[in-house]
Amino acid sequence: MKDSLILARRTITKMFRNPEQFIDVSVQPIIMTVLFVYIFGGAVAGNSADYLPFVLPGIIVQTIMFTSLTIGVNLNTDIQKGVFDRFRSLPIARSAPLFGAVFGDIVRHAIATAVTLIFGVIIGYRFGTDWLHVAAAVLLIILFAVSLCWVSVLIGMVARSAGAVQGLSFLIVFPLTFGSSTFVPASTLPEWLQGWVAINPVTHVIEAMRGLLSGAEYMSPGMTVGGEVLWVLASCVVLVGVFFPLATWAYRRKV
Amino acid sequence: MTTTAIEAHGLTKRYGKTQALAGIDLEVSEGRVLGVLGPNGAGKTTAVRILATLLRPDSGTATVSGFDIVHQAKDVRRTIGLTGQYASVDEDLTGVQNLVMIGRLLDLSRKNAIARATELLAEFDLTDAGRRLTKTYSGGMRRRLDLAASLIGRPSVVFLDEPTTGLDPAKRDDVWDMVRALVRQGTTVLLTTQYLEEADALANEITVIDHGRVIAHDTPQGLKRQVGGQTLEVRANDIADLPEIRRLLERVGTRAPEQPSPDQLAVPVLDETALTSVVSELAGRGIRVSELSLRLPSLDEVFYSLTGATKTDEEVAA
Repeated sequence: MKDSLILARRTITKMFRNPEQFIDVSVQPIIMTVLFVYIFGGAVAGNSADYLPFVLPGIIVQTIMFTSLTIGVNLNTDIQKGVFDRFRSLPIARSAPLFGAVFGDIVRHAIATAVTLIFGVIIGYRFGTDWLHVAAAVLLIILFAVSLCWVSVLIGMVARSAGAVQGLSFLIVFPLTFGSSTFVPASTLPEWLQGWVAINPVTHVIEAMRGLLSGAEYMSPGMTVGGEVLWVLASCVVLVGVFFPLATWAYRRKV
Repeated sequence: MTTTAIEAHGLTKRYGKTQALAGIDLEVSEGRVLGVLGPNGAGKTTAVRILATLLRPDSGTATVSGFDIVHQAKDVRRTIGLTGQYASVDEDLTGVQNLVMIGRLLDLSRKNAIARATELLAEFDLTDAGRRLTKTYSGGMRRRLDLAASLIGRPSVVFLDEPTTGLDPAKRDDVWDMVRALVRQGTTVLLTTQYLEEADALANEITVIDHGRVIAHDTPQGLKRQVGGQTLEVRANDIADLPEIRRLLERVGTRAPEQPSPDQLAVPVLDETALTSVVSELAGRGIRVSELSLRLPSLDEVFYSLTGATKTDEEVAA
């Protein structure tokens, strides 16, 4: 446990040292917010101000999706570069580097969420709920990220190169984030796509975040905050139930 | 009484169709240096990875510092330091951060980890570079940092996997000096190398492996005797002198001289005294030479004579 925290510190130090990884959690959500609010906002919602409470929770979810999938790239790089050999020759638990990376990522997620929310507030976003709901939203999205990261760990362990991990991860993230109600109301989509959006777990994460941050009126018709949060918790259970054993199995085989 | 620091019996390891190790025995006494000599793909790295608990052998047993490498892996890890073939430092951290992190993982307090890191950086001539990201380091600096990283826990057994491959001669000498310093402190060292010269310079004993098997084990002296020791090479100024030089070399050499190029003769000799006697004989006869050198046999020549010798044995047996 102590070793995992030391290694988590490594992940965090690296994030601040490595501009690309820091951009992922700082500049990227800001660019996405500007892009969607000011460029697409008028077209989607009539004007930017009305679009902001709708899209900001979606941008948080999208950012977190991308950051939670970098863990596989990082682990794969560590193994390729021989850094894991060093760890494995030390008297620490075999799982310490893995859990260290996961703990470190929690900090990344928290930063990404905070950056997006603060930037949103600066350009005019106002919370439609109370602080308790906002705190719940932050906890919920981090919980979802930690559940999702096992998919990335699994990819990171089976893929040959860091580049392949990146490619595979994008292949998963794109249909999940864009094939949802992240940027446009689901009702505007063609019917076949609505079918996918309804079962896509990311849709439920986004709806839950909208309900918790902006208020229930920004959610799709017929959805409730409590119902969506339950949906998210259920998908976390399924993600962890399926991918945690697979990921740790692949990790043990490799490490 | 000498105690055994590393002991391995019949280690085997197979990767798919490749038999990386086909039953290796190794033994190193405490405070000694064993050189494991072999070409690329001989199984050196696999053997080191097994002994350093990074890999499990398919069969065979081994102990390091008295601990079983499979069943007491964690105890083994407490006593060893490992420097791999590729410097395994974290490129996105500074030299200090790399060393402090490992110190912390070895249960040093933050204060002690920093102190140990500072001490090692000074020892390895990296103090000035300590605050820079290691991705800005040169190959030699990385190698030194990697070596420093493996010494943080003051290990009693150190594995060095091809520590000088890819380094220029000056940097190589630096690494050699560091290995000698380690040995002075009583550390046991197992070092793999492709160069007989390196094994000769550092090791008390040399194990030669090829295709996952031990093909020779001896002291550097014994091994050199087995493979014909050093080679004396003479390049004549005037080709007309060659017959006389040949007669001279026949007397000091252990085999008939070979002629690697039209103006050059080479002969295996037992020791350095051959050089001085040849020099004085040449001077006495007024023969001028453009080049005169004594060199250790290359890995190729070692293998040629070792595998050649095995063949002769088989022929004798047949």
